[in-house]
Amino acid sequence: MTNRHPPVGDFATDFDHTDPAWVADPYPIWDDLRQRCPVAHSDRYGGTWLPVTHDLVSEVAYDHEHFTSRSVVVSERRPGPDDLPAPIGVSPPISSDPPYHGLVRRMLLPAFTPRPIAALEPFTRELCRELLEGTEGRASFDAAVDYAQHIPVRVIVRFLGFPQEDADMFRSIIRLVLEEVDLPPEEREERFTEVDAYMDAQIEDHIAHPRDDLTSFLIDAEIGGQKLPVEQIRGTMVLLMIAGIDTTWSAIGASLWHLAQHPEDRRRLAAEPSLMDTAVEELLRAYAPVTMARLVATDFDFHGHPFKEGDWLLLPFPAANRDPAAFENPGLVQLDRARNRHAAFGLGRHRCLGSNLARMELRVALQEWLARYPDFELADPAAVSWSAGQVRGPRALPVTILQSGR
Amino acid sequence: MTHTTFRVHVDPDKCQGHNRCYSVSPDLFELDELGMSSEIGTGLVPGGLVSLARLAVENCPEHAISLTELSELSELSELSELTEAEVQP
Repeated sequence: MTNRHPPVGDFATDFDHTDPAWVADPYPIWDDLRQRCPVAHSDRYGGTWLPVTHDLVSEVAYDHEHFTSRSVVVSERRPGPDDLPAPIGVSPPISSDPPYHGLVRRMLLPAFTPRPIAALEPFTRELCRELLEGTEGRASFDAAVDYAQHIPVRVIVRFLGFPQEDADMFRSIIRLVLEEVDLPPEEREERFTEVDAYMDAQIEDHIAHPRDDLTSFLIDAEIGGQKLPVEQIRGTMVLLMIAGIDTTWSAIGASLWHLAQHPEDRRRLAAEPSLMDTAVEELLRAYAPVTMARLVATDFDFHGHPFKEGDWLLLPFPAANRDPAAFENPGLVQLDRARNRHAAFGLGRHRCLGSNLARMELRVALQEWLARYPDFELADPAAVSWSAGQVRGPRALPVTILQSGR
Repeated sequence: MTHTTFRVHVDPDKCQGHNRCYSVSPDLFELDELGMSSEIGTGLVPGGLVSLARLAVENCPEHAISLTELSELSELSELSELTEAEVQP
Protein backbone atom coordinates (compact mmCIF):
# COMPACT_ATOMS: atom_id res chain seq x y z
CA MET A 1 0.00 0.00 0.00
CA THR A 2 1.04 3.61 -0.37
CA ASN A 3 1.97 5.33 2.82
CA ARG A 4 0.00 8.48 3.47
CA HIS A 5 2.19 9.59 6.36
CA PRO A 6 5.64 11.21 6.41
CA PRO A 7 8.49 8.75 6.96
CA VAL A 8 9.51 7.99 10.55
CA GLY A 9 12.78 9.41 11.81
CA ASP A 10 13.08 7.94 15.31
CA PHE A 11 10.70 5.12 16.28
CA ALA A 12 11.18 5.93 19.98
CA THR A 13 9.48 9.30 19.63
CA ASP A 14 7.61 9.17 16.30
CA PHE A 15 6.67 5.53 15.52
CA ASP A 16 4.01 4.64 12.98
CA HIS A 17 2.87 1.04 12.53
CA THR A 18 2.12 1.74 8.85
CA ASP A 19 5.65 2.99 8.14
CA PRO A 20 7.37 0.94 5.40
CA ALA A 21 10.31 0.05 7.68
CA TRP A 22 7.95 -1.32 10.38
CA VAL A 23 5.87 -3.16 7.79
CA ALA A 24 8.92 -4.76 6.16
CA ASP A 25 10.62 -5.90 9.39
CA PRO A 26 9.39 -4.70 12.80
CA TYR A 27 11.61 -7.00 14.91
CA PRO A 28 14.82 -4.92 14.88
CA ILE A 29 12.72 -1.83 15.68
CA TRP A 30 11.20 -3.51 18.73
CA ASP A 31 14.59 -4.92 19.81
CA ASP A 32 16.05 -1.43 19.67
CA LEU A 33 13.12 0.14 21.56
CA ARG A 34 13.29 -2.59 24.21
CA GLN A 35 16.86 -1.45 24.93
CA ARG A 36 16.18 2.27 24.76
CA CYS A 37 12.69 2.93 26.15
CA PRO A 38 10.93 0.44 26.64
CA VAL A 39 7.75 2.53 26.24
CA ALA A 40 7.82 4.53 23.01
CA HIS A 41 5.57 7.47 22.19
CA SER A 42 4.31 9.02 18.98
CA ASP A 43 2.14 12.06 18.31
CA ARG A 44 0.65 10.26 15.31
CA TYR A 45 -3.00 9.19 15.38
CA GLY A 46 -3.56 11.87 18.01
CA GLY A 47 -1.07 10.38 20.48
CA THR A 48 -0.05 6.73 20.79
CA TRP A 49 2.07 4.71 23.25
CA LEU A 50 3.98 1.51 22.60
CA PRO A 51 5.35 -0.81 25.31
CA VAL A 52 7.63 -3.51 23.86
CA THR A 53 8.63 -5.85 26.71
CA HIS A 54 6.73 -8.99 27.72
CA ASP A 55 6.31 -7.64 31.26
CA LEU A 56 4.81 -4.32 30.15
CA VAL A 57 2.58 -5.88 27.50
CA SER A 58 1.25 -8.32 30.15
CA GLU A 59 0.74 -5.52 32.63
CA VAL A 60 -1.43 -3.57 30.18
CA ALA A 61 -3.35 -6.68 29.08
CA TYR A 62 -4.32 -7.40 32.71
CA ASP A 63 -5.13 -3.80 33.61
CA HIS A 64 -8.81 -3.02 33.01
CA GLU A 65 -8.83 -0.04 35.32
CA HIS A 66 -6.49 2.25 33.39
CA PHE A 67 -7.18 0.92 29.89
CA THR A 68 -10.35 0.35 27.91
CA SER A 69 -10.86 -1.92 24.91
CA ARG A 70 -13.55 0.35 23.54
CA SER A 71 -11.56 0.62 20.34
CA VAL A 72 -8.82 -1.87 19.46
CA VAL A 73 -7.76 -0.63 16.03
CA VAL A 74 -5.60 2.49 16.05
CA SER A 75 -6.72 4.88 13.33
CA GLU A 76 -7.26 8.59 12.80
CA ARG A 77 -10.76 8.18 14.16
CA ARG A 78 -11.48 7.54 17.82
CA PRO A 79 -14.85 6.24 19.05
CA GLY A 80 -17.28 9.15 19.09
CA PRO A 81 -20.58 9.94 20.83
CA ASP A 82 -22.54 8.02 18.17
CA ASP A 83 -20.68 4.76 18.82
CA LEU A 84 -21.87 2.26 21.38
CA PRO A 85 -20.35 3.46 24.63
CA ALA A 86 -18.12 1.47 26.98
CA PRO A 87 -18.48 -1.10 28.36
CA ILE A 88 -20.09 -2.56 25.21
CA GLY A 89 -18.19 -0.84 22.37
CA VAL A 90 -18.60 -1.19 18.61
CA SER A 91 -17.94 -4.92 18.30
CA PRO A 92 -18.46 -6.83 21.55
CA PRO A 93 -16.80 -8.55 23.28
CA ILE A 94 -13.40 -7.49 21.85
CA SER A 95 -14.43 -3.84 22.35
CA SER A 96 -16.04 -4.44 25.76
CA ASP A 97 -14.74 -3.96 29.26
CA PRO A 98 -15.53 -5.93 32.40
CA PRO A 99 -17.96 -6.79 33.79
CA TYR A 100 -20.07 -6.63 30.61
CA HIS A 101 -17.24 -8.24 28.62
CA GLY A 102 -17.51 -11.42 30.69
CA LEU A 103 -21.22 -11.82 29.94
CA VAL A 104 -20.73 -11.64 26.16
CA ARG A 105 -17.67 -13.83 26.29
CA ARG A 106 -19.42 -16.55 28.28
CA MET A 107 -22.21 -16.49 25.71
CA LEU A 108 -19.73 -17.04 22.83
CA LEU A 109 -17.15 -19.38 24.39
CA PRO A 110 -19.08 -22.67 24.01
CA ALA A 111 -19.00 -22.27 20.20
CA PHE A 112 -15.18 -22.17 20.19
CA THR A 113 -14.11 -25.07 22.42
CA PRO A 114 -12.09 -27.95 20.92
CA ARG A 115 -15.16 -30.10 20.17
CA PRO A 116 -17.07 -27.76 17.81
CA ILE A 117 -13.79 -26.69 16.22
CA ALA A 118 -12.83 -30.33 15.56
CA ALA A 119 -16.10 -30.62 13.64
CA LEU A 120 -14.74 -28.04 11.16
CA GLU A 121 -11.48 -29.94 10.58
CA PRO A 122 -12.65 -32.30 7.79
CA PHE A 123 -14.05 -29.31 5.84
CA THR A 124 -10.77 -27.43 6.36
CA ARG A 125 -8.64 -30.39 5.25
CA GLU A 126 -10.75 -30.97 2.17
CA LEU A 127 -10.55 -27.24 1.35
CA CYS A 128 -6.73 -27.23 1.65
CA ARG A 129 -6.46 -30.26 -0.63
CA GLU A 130 -8.76 -28.66 -3.16
CA LEU A 131 -6.71 -25.43 -3.16
CA LEU A 132 -3.47 -27.37 -3.60
CA GLU A 133 -5.11 -29.38 -6.35
CA GLY A 134 -5.65 -26.05 -8.11
CA THR A 135 -1.89 -25.36 -8.10
CA GLU A 136 -1.12 -28.76 -9.64
CA GLY A 137 1.57 -28.64 -12.31
CA ARG A 138 2.61 -25.03 -11.64
CA ALA A 139 6.32 -24.66 -10.98
CA SER A 140 5.75 -21.38 -9.26
CA PHE A 141 2.75 -19.61 -7.67
CA ASP A 142 1.78 -17.27 -4.82
CA ALA A 143 1.40 -19.18 -1.55
CA ALA A 144 -0.35 -16.22 0.14
CA VAL A 145 -2.77 -15.39 -2.67
CA ASP A 146 -3.44 -18.83 -4.14
CA TYR A 147 -3.44 -20.82 -0.90
CA ALA A 148 -3.25 -19.16 2.56
CA GLN A 149 -5.79 -16.40 2.03
CA HIS A 150 -8.59 -18.73 0.92
CA ILE A 151 -8.48 -21.00 3.96
CA PRO A 152 -9.70 -18.86 6.89
CA VAL A 153 -12.21 -16.91 4.81
CA ARG A 154 -13.95 -20.03 3.59
CA VAL A 155 -13.85 -21.67 7.01
CA ILE A 156 -15.38 -18.66 8.77
CA VAL A 157 -17.94 -18.21 6.00
CA ARG A 158 -19.00 -21.82 6.59
CA PHE A 159 -18.93 -21.35 10.39
CA LEU A 160 -21.18 -18.26 10.13
CA GLY A 161 -23.42 -19.96 7.58
CA PHE A 162 -22.96 -17.40 4.78
CA PRO A 163 -22.90 -18.40 1.09
CA GLN A 164 -19.46 -19.70 0.06
CA GLU A 165 -19.58 -17.55 -3.07
CA ASP A 166 -19.39 -14.40 -0.88
CA ALA A 167 -15.91 -15.36 0.37
CA ASP A 168 -14.09 -13.21 -2.21
CA MET A 169 -16.08 -10.12 -1.28
CA PHE A 170 -15.13 -10.53 2.40
CA ARG A 171 -11.45 -10.50 1.67
CA SER A 172 -11.55 -7.08 0.06
CA ILE A 173 -13.75 -5.62 2.81
CA ILE A 174 -11.43 -6.90 5.50
CA ARG A 175 -8.36 -5.47 3.86
CA LEU A 176 -10.00 -2.06 3.82
CA VAL A 177 -11.20 -2.24 7.40
CA LEU A 178 -7.98 -3.53 8.95
CA GLU A 179 -5.11 -2.40 6.80
CA GLU A 180 -6.08 0.93 5.33
CA VAL A 181 -6.26 2.59 8.72
CA ASP A 182 -4.80 5.84 7.45
CA LEU A 183 -7.64 6.46 4.97
CA PRO A 184 -9.72 9.60 5.53
CA PRO A 185 -12.38 8.92 8.23
CA GLU A 186 -15.32 9.48 5.80
CA GLU A 187 -14.02 6.86 3.42
CA ARG A 188 -13.60 4.30 6.20
CA GLU A 189 -17.09 5.15 7.46
CA GLU A 190 -18.53 4.37 4.05
CA ARG A 191 -16.87 0.95 4.00
CA PHE A 192 -18.21 0.08 7.43
CA THR A 193 -21.71 0.97 6.24
CA GLU A 194 -21.38 -1.55 3.38
CA VAL A 195 -20.37 -4.29 5.80
CA ASP A 196 -23.31 -3.50 8.10
CA ALA A 197 -25.76 -3.73 5.20
CA TYR A 198 -24.45 -7.16 4.23
CA MET A 199 -24.71 -8.41 7.80
CA ASP A 200 -28.26 -7.10 8.18
CA ALA A 201 -29.32 -9.06 5.08
CA GLN A 202 -27.73 -12.23 6.51
CA ILE A 203 -29.43 -11.77 9.88
CA GLU A 204 -32.84 -11.34 8.22
CA ASP A 205 -32.29 -14.43 6.12
CA HIS A 206 -31.29 -16.47 9.19
CA ILE A 207 -34.30 -15.24 11.18
CA ALA A 208 -36.54 -16.40 8.32
CA HIS A 209 -34.61 -19.65 7.85
CA PRO A 210 -32.83 -20.71 11.06
CA ARG A 211 -30.01 -23.27 10.69
CA ASP A 212 -27.20 -24.87 12.62
CA ASP A 213 -24.50 -22.20 12.33
CA LEU A 214 -22.89 -19.36 14.25
CA THR A 215 -25.32 -16.73 12.92
CA SER A 216 -28.39 -18.62 14.14
CA PHE A 217 -26.49 -19.28 17.41
CA LEU A 218 -26.09 -15.49 17.88
CA ILE A 219 -29.70 -14.75 16.98
CA ASP A 220 -30.88 -17.29 19.59
CA ALA A 221 -28.32 -16.25 22.20
CA GLU A 222 -29.40 -14.50 25.37
CA ILE A 223 -27.58 -12.40 27.91
CA GLY A 224 -29.36 -12.15 31.25
CA GLY A 225 -32.52 -13.59 29.66
CA GLN A 226 -32.52 -10.96 26.90
CA LYS A 227 -31.95 -11.57 23.20
CA LEU A 228 -29.16 -9.44 21.74
CA PRO A 229 -30.05 -6.17 19.98
CA VAL A 230 -29.53 -6.46 16.23
CA GLU A 231 -26.64 -3.98 16.16
CA GLN A 232 -24.85 -6.13 18.70
CA ILE A 233 -25.39 -9.31 16.67
CA ARG A 234 -24.08 -7.44 13.66
CA GLY A 235 -21.10 -6.06 15.54
CA THR A 236 -20.19 -9.49 16.85
CA MET A 237 -20.52 -11.06 13.39
CA VAL A 238 -18.31 -8.36 11.86
CA LEU A 239 -15.83 -9.00 14.64
CA LEU A 240 -15.77 -12.76 14.14
CA MET A 241 -15.37 -12.30 10.42
CA ILE A 242 -12.58 -9.74 10.66
CA ALA A 243 -10.81 -11.35 13.59
CA GLY A 244 -11.01 -14.80 12.04
CA ILE A 245 -9.75 -14.11 8.55
CA ASP A 246 -6.83 -11.72 8.23
CA THR A 247 -5.15 -13.08 11.32
CA THR A 248 -5.12 -16.75 10.37
CA TRP A 249 -4.27 -15.95 6.76
CA SER A 250 -1.24 -14.09 8.15
CA ALA A 251 -0.19 -16.95 10.43
CA ILE A 252 -0.38 -19.52 7.63
CA GLY A 253 1.46 -17.23 5.19
CA ALA A 254 4.21 -16.30 7.66
CA SER A 255 4.75 -19.97 8.53
CA LEU A 256 5.10 -20.90 4.85
CA TRP A 257 7.43 -17.91 4.40
CA HIS A 258 9.62 -19.28 7.19
CA LEU A 259 9.60 -22.83 5.86
CA ALA A 260 10.39 -21.62 2.33
CA GLN A 261 13.66 -20.17 3.67
CA HIS A 262 14.62 -22.94 6.10
CA PRO A 263 15.15 -26.25 4.27
CA GLU A 264 16.21 -28.02 7.47
CA ASP A 265 12.94 -27.04 9.19
CA ARG A 266 10.64 -28.07 6.35
CA ARG A 267 12.43 -31.38 5.89
CA ARG A 268 12.30 -32.08 9.59
CA LEU A 269 8.60 -31.23 9.76
CA ALA A 270 7.83 -33.37 6.72
CA ALA A 271 9.82 -36.28 8.18
CA GLU A 272 8.56 -35.99 11.78
CA PRO A 273 4.81 -35.33 11.75
CA SER A 274 4.73 -35.56 15.56
CA LEU A 275 6.70 -32.31 15.68
CA MET A 276 3.74 -30.42 14.26
CA ASP A 277 2.21 -29.40 17.61
CA THR A 278 5.30 -27.68 19.03
CA ALA A 279 6.11 -26.33 15.54
CA VAL A 280 2.70 -24.63 15.27
CA GLU A 281 3.21 -23.00 18.69
CA GLU A 282 6.73 -21.87 17.79
CA LEU A 283 5.66 -20.40 14.46
CA LEU A 284 2.82 -18.61 16.28
CA ARG A 285 5.33 -17.24 18.80
CA ALA A 286 7.90 -16.09 16.29
CA TYR A 287 5.45 -14.69 13.74
CA ALA A 288 2.46 -13.75 15.92
CA PRO A 289 0.39 -11.68 13.53
CA VAL A 290 -1.74 -9.62 15.90
CA THR A 291 -0.92 -6.37 17.69
CA MET A 292 -3.90 -5.22 19.75
CA ALA A 293 -4.68 -1.72 21.00
CA ARG A 294 -6.24 -0.04 24.02
CA LEU A 295 -7.39 3.46 24.83
CA VAL A 296 -6.11 4.99 28.04
CA ALA A 297 -9.18 5.25 30.29
CA THR A 298 -7.91 7.76 32.80
CA ASP A 299 -4.93 10.07 33.34
CA PHE A 300 -2.20 8.22 35.21
CA ASP A 301 1.53 7.68 35.45
CA PHE A 302 2.69 4.52 33.65
CA HIS A 303 6.29 3.79 34.67
CA GLY A 304 7.15 7.50 34.50
CA HIS A 305 5.11 8.23 31.37
CA PRO A 306 2.20 10.68 31.60
CA PHE A 307 -0.65 8.62 30.09
CA LYS A 308 -3.70 10.78 29.28
CA GLU A 309 -7.30 9.68 28.94
CA GLY A 310 -8.01 8.99 25.27
CA ASP A 311 -4.40 8.24 24.27
CA TRP A 312 -4.00 5.18 22.05
CA LEU A 313 -1.77 2.33 23.17
CA LEU A 314 -0.51 -0.33 20.77
CA LEU A 315 -0.28 -3.69 22.51
CA PRO A 316 2.32 -5.62 20.49
CA PHE A 317 2.02 -9.27 21.53
CA PRO A 318 4.48 -10.12 18.70
CA ALA A 319 7.09 -7.91 20.44
CA ALA A 320 6.40 -9.61 23.79
CA ASN A 321 7.04 -12.95 22.06
CA ARG A 322 10.51 -11.73 21.01
CA ASP A 323 11.57 -10.48 24.44
CA PRO A 324 14.81 -12.18 25.56
CA ALA A 325 13.71 -11.72 29.18
CA ALA A 326 10.82 -14.12 28.52
CA PHE A 327 12.17 -16.47 25.83
CA GLU A 328 15.57 -18.05 25.26
CA ASN A 329 16.98 -17.09 21.87
CA PRO A 330 13.73 -15.35 20.88
CA GLY A 331 14.94 -14.56 17.35
CA LEU A 332 15.58 -18.23 16.64
CA VAL A 333 12.76 -20.46 15.42
CA GLN A 334 13.09 -23.82 17.20
CA LEU A 335 10.34 -26.15 15.99
CA ASP A 336 10.78 -28.39 19.05
CA ARG A 337 10.76 -25.53 21.59
CA ALA A 338 9.21 -27.31 24.57
CA ARG A 339 8.71 -24.36 26.94
CA ASN A 340 6.61 -21.83 25.12
CA ARG A 341 4.36 -19.44 27.00
CA HIS A 342 3.87 -17.28 23.93
CA ALA A 343 1.21 -14.58 23.85
CA ALA A 344 0.23 -14.82 20.18
CA PHE A 345 -3.43 -15.04 21.21
CA GLY A 346 -3.13 -12.33 23.81
CA LEU A 347 -3.19 -12.53 27.59
CA GLY A 348 -5.94 -12.13 30.15
CA ARG A 349 -9.66 -11.77 29.61
CA HIS A 350 -9.42 -10.86 25.95
CA ARG A 351 -7.56 -14.05 24.97
CA CYS A 352 -8.45 -14.67 21.33
CA LEU A 353 -11.81 -16.40 21.27
CA GLY A 354 -10.88 -18.26 18.10
CA SER A 355 -7.50 -19.61 19.21
CA ASN A 356 -8.59 -23.24 18.83
CA LEU A 357 -9.94 -22.49 15.36
CA ALA A 358 -6.76 -20.67 14.30
CA ARG A 359 -4.52 -23.46 15.58
CA MET A 360 -6.56 -26.09 13.78
CA GLU A 361 -6.44 -24.14 10.51
CA LEU A 362 -2.68 -23.50 10.76
CA ARG A 363 -1.91 -27.13 11.58
CA VAL A 364 -4.10 -28.55 8.80
CA ALA A 365 -2.86 -25.96 6.27
CA LEU A 366 0.80 -26.86 6.98
CA GLN A 367 0.17 -30.61 7.08
CA GLU A 368 -1.59 -30.60 3.73
CA TRP A 369 0.93 -28.23 2.17
CA LEU A 370 3.92 -30.34 3.25
CA ALA A 371 2.24 -33.55 2.10
CA ARG A 372 1.83 -32.02 -1.35
CA TYR A 373 4.95 -29.83 -1.50
CA PRO A 374 7.62 -31.13 0.92
CA ASP A 375 10.26 -28.96 -0.72
CA PHE A 376 9.85 -25.38 -1.91
CA GLU A 377 11.58 -22.02 -1.72
CA LEU A 378 10.92 -18.32 -2.25
CA ALA A 379 10.74 -17.57 -5.97
CA ASP A 380 11.90 -14.02 -5.40
CA PRO A 381 12.55 -12.78 -1.84
CA ALA A 382 12.24 -9.16 -3.01
CA ALA A 383 8.71 -9.83 -4.28
CA VAL A 384 7.41 -10.78 -0.81
CA SER A 385 5.24 -8.00 0.62
CA TRP A 386 3.74 -7.64 4.09
CA SER A 387 0.45 -6.18 5.30
CA ALA A 388 0.49 -2.85 7.09
CA GLY A 389 -1.36 -2.17 10.32
CA GLN A 390 -2.01 -4.32 13.37
CA VAL A 391 -2.17 -7.67 11.60
CA ARG A 392 1.13 -8.75 10.06
CA GLY A 393 1.44 -11.37 7.36
CA PRO A 394 2.71 -11.82 3.81
CA ARG A 395 0.31 -10.56 1.16
CA ALA A 396 2.50 -11.60 -1.78
CA LEU A 397 4.53 -14.79 -1.35
CA PRO A 398 5.75 -16.21 -4.65
CA VAL A 399 7.23 -19.69 -4.18
CA THR A 400 8.94 -22.19 -6.45
CA ILE A 401 8.11 -25.85 -5.99
CA LEU A 402 11.23 -28.02 -5.74
CA GLN A 403 9.55 -31.32 -4.99
CA SER A 404 5.98 -32.47 -5.31
CA GLY A 405 4.60 -35.27 -3.15
CA ARG A 406 1.41 -37.35 -3.38
CA MET B 1 6.87 -44.78 48.68
CA THR B 2 10.25 -44.12 47.22
CA HIS B 3 9.41 -41.71 44.38
CA THR B 4 8.21 -38.15 44.79
CA THR B 5 4.52 -37.43 44.34
CA PHE B 6 3.21 -34.33 42.59
CA ARG B 7 -0.08 -32.59 42.45
CA VAL B 8 -1.10 -30.33 39.56
CA HIS B 9 -3.61 -27.50 39.96
CA VAL B 10 -5.21 -24.93 37.65
CA ASP B 11 -6.04 -21.59 39.25
CA PRO B 12 -9.58 -20.91 37.94
CA ASP B 13 -9.10 -17.16 38.44
CA LYS B 14 -6.11 -17.14 36.11
CA CYS B 15 -7.18 -19.66 33.46
CA GLN B 16 -8.37 -17.92 30.27
CA GLY B 17 -9.03 -21.02 28.23
CA HIS B 18 -5.92 -21.10 26.01
CA ASN B 19 -6.26 -24.93 26.23
CA ARG B 20 -2.50 -25.45 26.07
CA CYS B 21 -2.46 -27.78 29.10
CA TYR B 22 -5.30 -29.84 27.70
CA SER B 23 -3.47 -30.08 24.40
CA VAL B 24 -0.14 -31.07 26.01
CA SER B 25 -1.54 -33.53 28.58
CA PRO B 26 -5.21 -34.43 28.13
CA ASP B 27 -4.85 -37.15 30.78
CA LEU B 28 -4.30 -34.56 33.51
CA PHE B 29 -6.71 -31.75 32.53
CA GLU B 30 -10.33 -31.43 31.50
CA LEU B 31 -12.29 -28.54 30.02
CA ASP B 32 -15.68 -27.22 31.03
CA GLU B 33 -18.35 -26.12 28.54
CA LEU B 34 -16.65 -22.71 28.23
CA GLY B 35 -13.28 -24.29 27.50
CA MET B 36 -11.82 -23.40 30.91
CA SER B 37 -9.41 -25.97 32.29
CA SER B 38 -9.14 -27.78 35.59
CA GLU B 39 -7.09 -30.73 36.84
CA ILE B 40 -8.78 -34.12 36.61
CA GLY B 41 -9.82 -35.42 40.03
CA THR B 42 -7.50 -34.43 42.84
CA GLY B 43 -4.74 -33.48 40.43
CA LEU B 44 -2.46 -36.25 41.68
CA VAL B 45 0.02 -36.85 38.87
CA PRO B 46 0.74 -40.50 38.00
CA GLY B 47 4.51 -41.17 38.01
CA GLY B 48 4.76 -41.48 34.25
CA LEU B 49 3.03 -38.16 33.60
CA VAL B 50 5.19 -35.83 35.69
CA SER B 51 7.11 -34.53 32.69
CA LEU B 52 3.86 -33.85 30.86
CA ALA B 53 2.53 -31.98 33.90
CA ARG B 54 5.67 -29.89 33.87
CA LEU B 55 5.18 -29.17 30.17
CA ALA B 56 1.64 -28.01 30.87
CA VAL B 57 2.97 -25.60 33.50
CA GLU B 58 5.65 -24.29 31.15
CA ASN B 59 3.23 -23.71 28.29
CA CYS B 60 0.50 -21.86 30.13
CA PRO B 61 0.64 -18.23 28.95
CA GLU B 62 -1.29 -17.09 32.04
CA HIS B 63 0.94 -18.84 34.61
CA ALA B 64 -2.26 -20.45 35.89
CA ILE B 65 -0.90 -23.95 36.59
CA SER B 66 1.07 -25.05 39.62
CA LEU B 67 2.88 -28.34 40.20
CA THR B 68 3.46 -29.05 43.87
CA GLU B 69 5.63 -31.70 45.40
CA LEU B 70 3.76 -33.53 48.12
CA SER B 71 6.21 -34.15 50.90
CA GLU B 72 4.03 -34.35 53.94
CA LEU B 73 2.84 -37.84 54.64
CA SER B 74 -0.55 -36.78 55.98
CA GLU B 75 -1.25 -34.75 52.85
CA LEU B 76 -0.25 -37.71 50.72
CA SER B 77 -2.39 -40.28 52.47
CA GLU B 78 -5.36 -37.92 52.37
CA LEU B 79 -5.02 -37.52 48.61
CA SER B 80 -4.51 -41.25 48.10
CA GLU B 81 -7.73 -41.96 49.92
CA LEU B 82 -9.56 -39.48 47.76
CA THR B 83 -8.13 -40.99 44.61
CA GLU B 84 -9.12 -44.48 45.69
CA ALA B 85 -12.59 -43.30 46.59
CA GLU B 86 -12.96 -41.78 43.14
CA VAL B 87 -12.21 -44.99 41.30
CA GLN B 88 -14.97 -46.83 43.17
CA PRO B 89 -18.06 -47.27 41.01
